[in-house]
Amino acid sequence: MLSRTADHLYWMSRYIERSEGLARLVDAHYRMSLLPHDDGVLAESLGHTMKALHIEDAYRERHAVIVPRAVFEFVTLDREFAGSILSCLRAARENARAVRGTLTSELWETLNSTWLDARSLASRTSPHDDIGRFVEWVKERLHLTRGVTIGTMLRDEAFHFTRIGTFLERADSTARLLMARQDDLRPGADAGSVPDPFEWSVLLRALSAFEVYRRLYRDVITPVKVAQMLILRDDMPRSLLRCSKELYSNLKSVGNEQSAETERRAGEMHAILHFARMEDILESGLPEFLEHYLGRVRDLGDRIAHDFLLPPVEA
Amino acid sequence: MYLSDGTTRPHYLSYDHWLKEQPAERLAQKRAEADALFHRVGITFAVYGQEEGAERLIPFDIVPRVLPLEEWVRLERGLKQRVRALNAFIHDIYHDQQILKAGVIPAEQVLCNSQYRPEMQGVDVPGGIYAHIAGIDIVRDDEGEFRVLEDNLRVPSGVSYMLENRKMMMRLFPELFSGHRVAPVDHYPDVLLDNLRSVAPTGVADPTVVLMTAGAHNSAYFEHAFLAQQMGIELVEGQDLFVRDEVVFMRTTQGPQRVDVIYRRIDDDFLDPLAFRPDSMLGVPGLLTAYRAGRITIANAIGTGVADDKSIYPYVPEMIRFYLGQTPIVGNVHTWMLRKPQDLAYVLAHLPDLVVKEVHGAGGYGMLIGPAASKAEIEDFRQRILAAPDRYIAQPTLALSTSPTFAGQGIKPRHIDLRPFVLSGRDITIVPGGLTRVALREGSLVVNSSQGGGTKDTWVLEG
Repeated sequence: MLSRTADHLYWMSRYIERSEGLARLVDAHYRMSLLPHDDGVLAESLGHTMKALHIEDAYRERHAVIVPRAVFEFVTLDREFAGSILSCLRAARENARAVRGTLTSELWETLNSTWLDARSLASRTSPHDDIGRFVEWVKERLHLTRGVTIGTMLRDEAFHFTRIGTFLERADSTARLLMARQDDLRPGADAGSVPDPFEWSVLLRALSAFEVYRRLYRDVITPVKVAQMLILRDDMPRSLLRCSKELYSNLKSVGNEQSAETERRAGEMHAILHFARMEDILESGLPEFLEHYLGRVRDLGDRIAHDFLLPPVEA
Repeated sequence: MYLSDGTTRPHYLSYDHWLKEQPAERLAQKRAEADALFHRVGITFAVYGQEEGAERLIPFDIVPRVLPLEEWVRLERGLKQRVRALNAFIHDIYHDQQILKAGVIPAEQVLCNSQYRPEMQGVDVPGGIYAHIAGIDIVRDDEGEFRVLEDNLRVPSGVSYMLENRKMMMRLFPELFSGHRVAPVDHYPDVLLDNLRSVAPTGVADPTVVLMTAGAHNSAYFEHAFLAQQMGIELVEGQDLFVRDEVVFMRTTQGPQRVDVIYRRIDDDFLDPLAFRPDSMLGVPGLLTAYRAGRITIANAIGTGVADDKSIYPYVPEMIRFYLGQTPIVGNVHTWMLRKPQDLAYVLAHLPDLVVKEVHGAGGYGMLIGPAASKAEIEDFRQRILAAPDRYIAQPTLALSTSPTFAGQGIKPRHIDLRPFVLSGRDITIVPGGLTRVALREGSLVVNSSQGGGTKDTWVLEG
């Protein structure tokens, strides 16, 4: 496969995953905003989240203070902001268009009409009333997109690069959202307490893990259990362990002459999580652990680009 | 569709009968359905000079253009004859130049032409084929005779619309296809790939063919992606290719892979920044060297433009006589060459009745349509002609026949032309039909999509 094609597929799926993650985040916060709540807490949770996702500065350029509705509009509909859901859907579609011949026509048509419909829906969406419906719709479209991807694509290189993009983005996003709650997870923080049920339930909803948590633990929400579930559970689709496992196996399937070291590092990252124990992680510090993990994800991204997507010119 | 006395031409009888039974609302609804489908599938073209990323549909007309088999068979013979002669001409020009020595075409017309590529002099190409894909624009004159309006031998486009229009018609009106024996066109990509493989450099047993595009912002990008997908070959940009030791490779995730045939959809000028335009970001440095060394086949060949220039067009019937010793089966539209004093005098005296074209213009730009032009426009053009008469040719305006077209409120006559695609490899092949373009504005003679033209399905009826 052409390196450029792999590059477009990789970014297409990263942007799809990113828009879905953002849609979940907005959705979770938006639902909370409809319940009786303290505006300060909601704003604080949004502030932490934006900081962890590195989009706080872009927001501050437009708004002096964090106002939930302004944040929702900014993250969802702002065309000028390259990190908004709308911009990510556009970028996903542009990448897909550049390799439309490699995608199944079902997948291309799904992505194309998602972008065309999103564009026209967005222009009719009032930031005050319809944001909830809009992000709900985005989530549905992206569930459909994933179904079409898995249901129609040949399990060839194109599919593996698509999956690599998905899991790299997802690993990055889960780790960042946990980072946003790091204050509750410092060593010595009381493992049993529920410091802020509001922020923690938003986090769980944003990772589609709220109901799962209840089923697995049948207990009140505690930060350590949440962290355990989102880091170390192999059966949790958005956990760091699951993402690392998928990354490793998809990378192995596309390996080439120069990618041995990249594969080794992906395998190592998976092994570390596979054999890790929560008490050890907490003892050496969860924020440090997550920092370290994010560093590995970044390194893998760079190495994948070097080995497969933008190989050095050789003439 | 109709004869001048108002009766229906025989091959249209059955379609006309069906059409008359269709309520206008159903047609309008089908038309809207077609637009929605084209949008979803992304069958769009980029518009130059508009906001970045602007994509438009080429309007699709739901009334097909129907050709009876016997007319098609004659046209097909004429097109094959013409393309054979054109390939012979290009080969001759880049080798012995016998046609110039014989004085059939003035040498300066060819050798001073900006499309003549001295780099190609003495270069042998596989099978002696230069124009592997030719799009020949055909019109019907007022006597019902087919005539060639233009030969497109560089990077002719539009074939994806021929294929997609057929798919759309079968989706919208399946009942029509059970009642008519319409010759199929959907094997075009197979024939094209087979042809491209047949012209690989000698000694390559299992050639790798790629399609080269300028990228996703090119106006014909949809077609490039579509054809590459249909043929199952890689769609490459210049940045994906590199040349090492006169061999062309593409960069893949598994390392460099050798390329043997490039079906290129970018102009000569942009192919190789070392040989042609140094500012080209689209090309591949060293490609021309690899090409001249016979290590890669480029389709269409470099330098084919010398044969499709409007100043060479008037000589094509002479080429057919010169190289094949045959009488042309399909003629040209009568053309005045304004570099000839007597032609110039005639044209200047009849400007309001004629179409005047710039010899190097394309896409419907740089032309005067006498009957549709204002007095001021005609005077302006007269000055431009007088300043450089050799840059212009003129043709009569009767050259476009009409076909019934769905025009919002009902069926109205609109001017059309036809572009069949002639493929040259081991043999010359034409899938029956082609792209029918239609000038949607009432009275308009310009069918180019950049100038408000649309397209329709083209049916060759097998009995």
